[in-house]
Amino acid sequence: MSPLLHVENISKRFGGFVALDGINLEVQPGERLGLIGPNGSGKSTLVNCICGTLHNESGSVSFDGHVVNGLAAHERTHRGMARSFQLPRPFHSMSLADNLRIPLLYTVHARKGQLRSAGDLDARCHELLNMVGLLAKAKQMPRDLTQVEMRKLELARAMAAEPKLLIADEAMAGLSHSEVEDILTLLRRMNDRGITVILIEHIMSAVMSFSQRLAVLVSGKKIADGKPEDVVRHDEVVRAYIGQ
Amino acid sequence: MDFSADLLINAIVAGLLLGGFYAAVTAGISISFGMLDIVNIAHPAFIILGSYIAYIVSSYFHIDPIIVSILVLPAFYALGALVYQVYYVAFEKRGQESLRGLAFFFGLLFITEVSLILVFGVDYRYVEAAYIGPSIHIGLIDMPLRMLVPCLVSLAMFALLELFVTRTFLGRAIMAVSQDQLALQLMAADPIKIKRVAFGISIATASIAGALLIIIQPVEPSVGREYIGRVFAICVLGGLGSMPGTLIAAFLLGVIESLTSTYYGPSWAPAVSFGVLLLTLAFRPAGLLGR
Amino acid sequence: MNAVKFSLIAIAVGLVVMAFATWLHLDYFYFAGYTILQYVVLATAWNILGGYCGYVNFGSAAFFALGAYSSVFMHKFFPVPVPVLMLIGAVVSGIVGLGTGYLTLRLRGSFFAIATLALAVVLQTLIVNWDYVGGSRGAYIIRPETIDIVGFQINYIEYLFVLMLILAVIALTTARTIERSQLGFGFATIRDDELAAEASGVPTLRLKLIATTLSGAFMGMAGAPFPYYIGYLQPASAFSLDYAVNSIAMPLIGGTTSWIGPLVGSILLGSLQQIATVTISSAINLLIVGILLVAFVIIAPNGLVGLVQEHWRKWRRP
Repeated sequence: MSPLLHVENISKRFGGFVALDGINLEVQPGERLGLIGPNGSGKSTLVNCICGTLHNESGSVSFDGHVVNGLAAHERTHRGMARSFQLPRPFHSMSLADNLRIPLLYTVHARKGQLRSAGDLDARCHELLNMVGLLAKAKQMPRDLTQVEMRKLELARAMAAEPKLLIADEAMAGLSHSEVEDILTLLRRMNDRGITVILIEHIMSAVMSFSQRLAVLVSGKKIADGKPEDVVRHDEVVRAYIGQ
Repeated sequence: MDFSADLLINAIVAGLLLGGFYAAVTAGISISFGMLDIVNIAHPAFIILGSYIAYIVSSYFHIDPIIVSILVLPAFYALGALVYQVYYVAFEKRGQESLRGLAFFFGLLFITEVSLILVFGVDYRYVEAAYIGPSIHIGLIDMPLRMLVPCLVSLAMFALLELFVTRTFLGRAIMAVSQDQLALQLMAADPIKIKRVAFGISIATASIAGALLIIIQPVEPSVGREYIGRVFAICVLGGLGSMPGTLIAAFLLGVIESLTSTYYGPSWAPAVSFGVLLLTLAFRPAGLLGR
Repeated sequence: MNAVKFSLIAIAVGLVVMAFATWLHLDYFYFAGYTILQYVVLATAWNILGGYCGYVNFGSAAFFALGAYSSVFMHKFFPVPVPVLMLIGAVVSGIVGLGTGYLTLRLRGSFFAIATLALAVVLQTLIVNWDYVGGSRGAYIIRPETIDIVGFQINYIEYLFVLMLILAVIALTTARTIERSQLGFGFATIRDDELAAEASGVPTLRLKLIATTLSGAFMGMAGAPFPYYIGYLQPASAFSLDYAVNSIAMPLIGGTTSWIGPLVGSILLGSLQQIATVTISSAINLLIVGILLVAFVIIAPNGLVGLVQEHWRKWRRP
């Protein structure tokens, strides 16, 4: 089976600083991949390069059989990539429901080319908000949300784009144990429906229980990639997390 | 067109002298735009303000205008710090700097220019100093002292700034804040205070640049507008945040302007800097030595 | 209320005001009114890119002057009626807006703003050096006394006033329609968070280019009748920085999130300036605009419309 996402030898520099150094990664359709690494290791930079928010200097990204280098971020979203931002970036002048309406109008409609009625859109927005437990706040503004609620909104917005690949970038930071479980259940349900998920997290228990495969990034390099139980026992990984 | 070597060499030399001066004018923007990402299009207005202050004090007390500008440095620094504080509280903190912050500086540009017109009128003002008038002759080359002195002072100021930014703790903190504000906070340094200091310094350079300007040419309030294009053209062409780049770009622009003026006439002069800016933005926005 | 109904109501309001002025023999009304309507268009046009998308255009004068100079060019080359000139102005300024946008909108918003400033100066220099349209000496356009419309002899100034009124209505209707449409929604995401907008599937570059083109086109249309209005066109007056300041100040003071803001801002500020120029001086007039701009931007970022909305909200809650 050909991979859904194929990242080949991606490098990215910021001035003199090498953020990503020749990253190779493959994600199979329907897979649950965990991506971990210390702060500053380049995880979010990798996500940004995959999704088109940043341009990688070298290497290529292929999605669903097509090379997507050079495609703008919105085109990659149209093709089925979706991501949540590590630091939530809601549309602050709109209500929560309207925040979700954007990907519905601009991504889902762009694909299917069929217009749903306003009522249908509303229903779908509320459905998504309900999935992350924010239905009660549908008419409120992002500035009235807690950090945790904003992360849930981020996730809901990514889900609204009906992606083939969902990249959740630290969506669970600051959540309580039961909230983490809720999000994991949500992600597992999406995975059951065929959506490939890349989970970037620091909460090891969540990552371990969720991932079929685990990749580790340290200082811009991928140092491990394999079954979670094996990866966590890998020498370099242990060193990266515990130190010398 | 007269292609004599004499004309050409003098046009290039004049351009280099002018470019040296432009470095002083742009130094402030290198800091505020290049490092702090603040689009202070009112900077030229502060320079003109510096010119007028140099003009008044110098004419009244018969002190050299450059000395005057150094004496009023603290006042300009304070003004810069005040302006930044307002900018920070009103816009940066609220995340409104892209629209309202820009409009704020545009408003300041206007207020300053119109206030100067109301107080001083639109007549050209000029200063008198020992070195305005005589020239040095080296072979074919004619170097008016009124161009040479500002060029040298400007380069000196530029060198001082470069040393400050690379060698002092405060200077390096300013470089750091331009690259990673969060890291700076983690080092228990207050990024807002650092930015305020940097912006204050940026406006302080306007004091000196203003004095140099009125030595080179007579000044009236709307002269500042020509410089908007020049400073941003040089800053962008040189590459944001790169002081060496700014210097090279300044010389380059000076020479291009001088050649254009000599061979095509001065009515094309304003278009040169703005044209260079547009071309750079369109085709190489990172500039020559940009990050 | 749909767009057609809205525009008809707006025209009706305008005609009522006109009738009133004619009844009172206020000839000055048409001269002053034309200028204010011109600002309504400029402010509304600026707001489409500035208020809705968050991209500041410092070069409104460039697009306005392009419209004016297209008219001067056509007047010498192949005279056509003013409404046609307005369409030509729209096309010329629209294309330049599109071009500028294409070259610079992929960069940061601050770069775009500086580029628009540069554009204004470069275009002014080109025009100053172009003798066919008068260069720095300027161009004269003799304005006829009256014009023949379906058998009626209409005073030319009143004719220009009506044209500008219709243009203002079209501009306001367009802005209002955009606001309530998916396009306007997309614009708002660009203003709020462009990266997130892209990630959500919004084609930000395409939308920004639409905004720039529309904005430029309306400004060009506003400039097209100007040479006929003023009789003698000089680059300094066509490219005057006044246009840049006013087209920024009026929406920011009025309020940028809705079509009402630029309308309120331009009528208030425009009237204020007409009074100030006549009674005090034009320099003080500009100083007042500058001070108001800075004050509002700091104290009342949502403009007058925003202040009113806040008041309403406080009133409603017991």
